[in-house]
Amino acid sequence: MSTTVTTHQTKWWSGGKSPFNLEYGKVMMWYFLMSDAFTFGAFLISYGTIRFSQNFWPDPNVVFNAFPGAGHANLPLAFVSVMTFILIISSVTMVKAVHAGHKGDRQGVMKWLFWTIVGGVAFLSCQAWEWHHLITGEHAVLVNGKIEMWGQNMRHNPWGPIAEGVTFNGEHVRTPGPVAFGGYFYGITGFHGFHVFSGVIINIVMLLMTQKGVFERKGHYLMIEKAGLYWHFVDLVWVFVFLCFYLI
Amino acid sequence: MEFNNLKFNYFMQHPAFEEVSFYQHHDDDTFNKKIKKTTILLSVITIIELGIGLLIYNIHKGEHPNDTLVLMFKGLVCILTLAKAFYIVSVFMHLGDEIRNFIMTIVVPLLLFIWFIIAFLWDGNSYKNLRNEFDKDFKVRTTPSSHHSTVVPGVKPGEAELKK
Repeated sequence: MSTTVTTHQTKWWSGGKSPFNLEYGKVMMWYFLMSDAFTFGAFLISYGTIRFSQNFWPDPNVVFNAFPGAGHANLPLAFVSVMTFILIISSVTMVKAVHAGHKGDRQGVMKWLFWTIVGGVAFLSCQAWEWHHLITGEHAVLVNGKIEMWGQNMRHNPWGPIAEGVTFNGEHVRTPGPVAFGGYFYGITGFHGFHVFSGVIINIVMLLMTQKGVFERKGHYLMIEKAGLYWHFVDLVWVFVFLCFYLI
Repeated sequence: MEFNNLKFNYFMQHPAFEEVSFYQHHDDDTFNKKIKKTTILLSVITIIELGIGLLIYNIHKGEHPNDTLVLMFKGLVCILTLAKAFYIVSVFMHLGDEIRNFIMTIVVPLLLFIWFIIAFLWDGNSYKNLRNEFDKDFKVRTTPSSHHSTVVPGVKPGEAELKK
């Protein structure tokens, strides 16, 4: 299609044609995503500032080491890698849905959108399990010379430095860790989870509209492309949340 | 299949919006190949990242963790993450297929992050140094000791044994 470029090139900025060769709604979706990137960026950088201002910060491999059905087995990074792959795969199915839309293939769009929704719901379920496990888990913490059982919540952090020479039921005991950990973890993963939830709702609406033939009547599936951009952005943010909370 | 191709050509020759003058979509084969390649690439990078994460965990567990080595691995994970972000934005979101002017209106504002990250991490670090210098209690309270705990079995809740 590069041959058609030359005919329009000179007129791009004189009106009638988009200088970006894009539909208005898609350009605006990109700018919305850019502003959203700054919101997430500000959250993550603020987390980094607090982390840099502390002498001690919990090792993520110690905090996130549980797997559903595995009891108390120490499996660092295992569950979060499952969540990461779910999101990558759901991003791939979304690309397929957008491509089917380019071809005007209604059945294809519906099939791939369905699998994208399944991926989104699976991710949200994983996150629900992880939050529940962190909040209700009980860990021996040495507080003012006494042992208390703490879960990870907004007021308590049971993952502080190891208390010297103290054990409980044969295991070492920790002292209270930095309180900000819980707020940042639940705040940022919650904000991301809310984005995933909105994405699932948007995709369900897109699926229903495709099924009703709205886009076929319009003659294009550009709406699916915009929903797709949003969904990929959610995957993109998770890449950075994964880095900041689980890897480093 | 043939019907699809006919439709495909129709969509390419008659853009739905007047302001869009041409489409740059690939045919099925090129597209499938590109997506498959990118998916494998993203998965491989993620697996490498997980491997480095476990490596960092094992270095931390050791008697004398090598801080420089840990920092190096963390830097490597950051670079790999940026590579992943590049592939998601460029291939999955098709930003790489848009025209240059549009790519620039997205990428140039994001350069603000370079200042943003450096300035705020610097600030956090300087706050830590000031507190350690002028608030000795903070330093004693929050600095972990490098010694390992000795096992004292059979302590019940509320009656922990403390040994020096």
